[in-house]
Amino acid sequence: MSAVLPTATQNPPAASRPAASPARRLAPLLIFGLLALLPLATALGLPSPWLTLVTRAMILAIAALSLDLILGVGGLVSFGHAAFVGIGAYGAGILITEGQTEILVALPVVLVACGLFAAVTGYVSLRTRGVAFIMITLAFGQMAYYFAQALSAYGGDDGLTLYEKSTLFGREIFANRTGFYYIALGTLALCYWLARRLVASRFGRVLRAARENAVRVTVTGYEVDHVRLGAYVVSGMMAGVSGLLLANQTDFVSPAFISWQRSGELIFMVVLGGVGSLYGAVLGALAFLVAEDVLSGLTQHWKAIFGPLIVLFVLFTRGGIAGMMGKLRGPRHG
Amino acid sequence: MTTSLLLVQLLNGLQFGILLFLVAAGLTLVFGVMDFINLAHGVQYMLGAYLAVTFVGLTGSFLLGLALALAAALLLGLVLEFLVFRHLYERDHLDQVLATFGLILLLNQAVKMVWGAAPLSVPVPEFLSGNVQLLGGVLYPVYRFALIGAGLGVGALLWFVVEKTRTGMLLRAGASNAPMVSALGVDIRKLFMIVFAFGTMLAGFAGAMAAPILSVEPGMGDAVLILAFVVIVVGGIGSIRGAFVGALIVGLVDTLGRSFMNDLLRLFMGAASARATGAALSSMLIYLVMAAVLFVRPEGLLPAKGRS
Repeated sequence: MSAVLPTATQNPPAASRPAASPARRLAPLLIFGLLALLPLATALGLPSPWLTLVTRAMILAIAALSLDLILGVGGLVSFGHAAFVGIGAYGAGILITEGQTEILVALPVVLVACGLFAAVTGYVSLRTRGVAFIMITLAFGQMAYYFAQALSAYGGDDGLTLYEKSTLFGREIFANRTGFYYIALGTLALCYWLARRLVASRFGRVLRAARENAVRVTVTGYEVDHVRLGAYVVSGMMAGVSGLLLANQTDFVSPAFISWQRSGELIFMVVLGGVGSLYGAVLGALAFLVAEDVLSGLTQHWKAIFGPLIVLFVLFTRGGIAGMMGKLRGPRHG
Repeated sequence: MTTSLLLVQLLNGLQFGILLFLVAAGLTLVFGVMDFINLAHGVQYMLGAYLAVTFVGLTGSFLLGLALALAAALLLGLVLEFLVFRHLYERDHLDQVLATFGLILLLNQAVKMVWGAAPLSVPVPEFLSGNVQLLGGVLYPVYRFALIGAGLGVGALLWFVVEKTRTGMLLRAGASNAPMVSALGVDIRKLFMIVFAFGTMLAGFAGAMAAPILSVEPGMGDAVLILAFVVIVVGGIGSIRGAFVGALIVGLVDTLGRSFMNDLLRLFMGAASARATGAALSSMLIYLVMAAVLFVRPEGLLPAKGRS
């Protein structure tokens, strides 16, 4: 496992290009514009469960987006990302159970908890590379899972049913379905904007450069480990916000939120949409949830169809949905 | 009484560690030689157990059933290698993780469709039933001793193959520098296939041997897979010796933690809070051990030679 060789070949080149091509500017506008108009379609007759499904997809898209920051932009395959979603969900759930529904309390608590967990586990995990990093993040995620399972005061293995939702200054902002939809959309858009700014900043440039060649970046005088840890912490906090919203949507929190299959699904969303493009993660989450909904409506054995689909997708496509959109406009760079 | 309980739990920990070693040994070889992360390894352990259920039931003989289950597990593994894994060796880790994750979803579901979702079991074979009397009059099942013995036997065989045979020499060379081995004229594809078949057999064997003492159910491989990861990280990637030491540490720490954490905590706090804290702490214990090891030695306790 020499530090020099492996990183260079690990990543598709699409993400390393400057963020200037037209698709890069237009695709996100198109996605967010269409999402903003969707509630109108329900007024015109689209069944309202779709609104719930898309709300859920947007909430998970926040988690997928945050994962793309470290996985796509940073080149670090983290297999424990569901833990942060779980911490966010449990943070909200426990506060609500204790009678504290104010979101202005829950949000900082969740951000601090996720940030701390990310800082500690990230510090240890980032001491390794490649396969070991995947295994360690998976193990830490599993640790969070078992911890949630042992939380007998808050439902333990059975999970925690919430009888209230979070409030803002005492107002029930999550009660209305359309209102919730726009809160999720707004949060997603804000997270996307933040992630975009972060990637474009000097910090983001160092992170991307370290993915291509960590040694060279170190020699240039940057502390690669600090930058990576910073990205890991930001990413974890963002995923925590997703968990906070998720708990409010499902009115239920359980260890299953943290299971390693969840982490795997988040990775698949990112890859499905296109690694490192950020908006690809949003597309991936939407596509994933719609596919899951359709397949699970067909048969209870839908995973037997979904699994092979993932395998075929990996074997035969490169670059995900965002990559395919790029190809439609013809080859770039000769 | 406490000493005999300690003895029983030590044996349980040893037996669990041996089981983990059988799973982790194949996995670490595949990582070490091929730099291939195979999440479906846990599923192959599960298939070993299910095949044992079927073949022991069909033949009525444990040994014959075990042999048939092993052969079938190997065959299935080779089919998977041919259809999927072979195309992933050159890919990056992300693709490998994702494709093998897809296989887990498929195979867990397929097992449910073929054998049903309810837990199954294999009867303990006649000639290994009964108990052994230990010091202090405690009884310990013969089968568990047999499992420990079989595991140690396989471990010794593995050591012999890896350290003393030509194939083993190529494996070790491949683990430290696969491209160089290939450049020296060794058919690396064939080597990969041998390594992979080896790993599959070990996982299948572990599953089949565990079938009489654990409940055979869908998803049983997932928990073992993650523990095997911890074992490999603690022991050092690609190192069989590391996997052995790591497996024993994880097996013992986990088993002893679960049985004695409550009593230990009760020295410091009340019974109720000791139970709650103990449950949380004991299930997290091995991960904390792993974090501690990584903190001191990021490359693991006994990393494979030639890797840096």
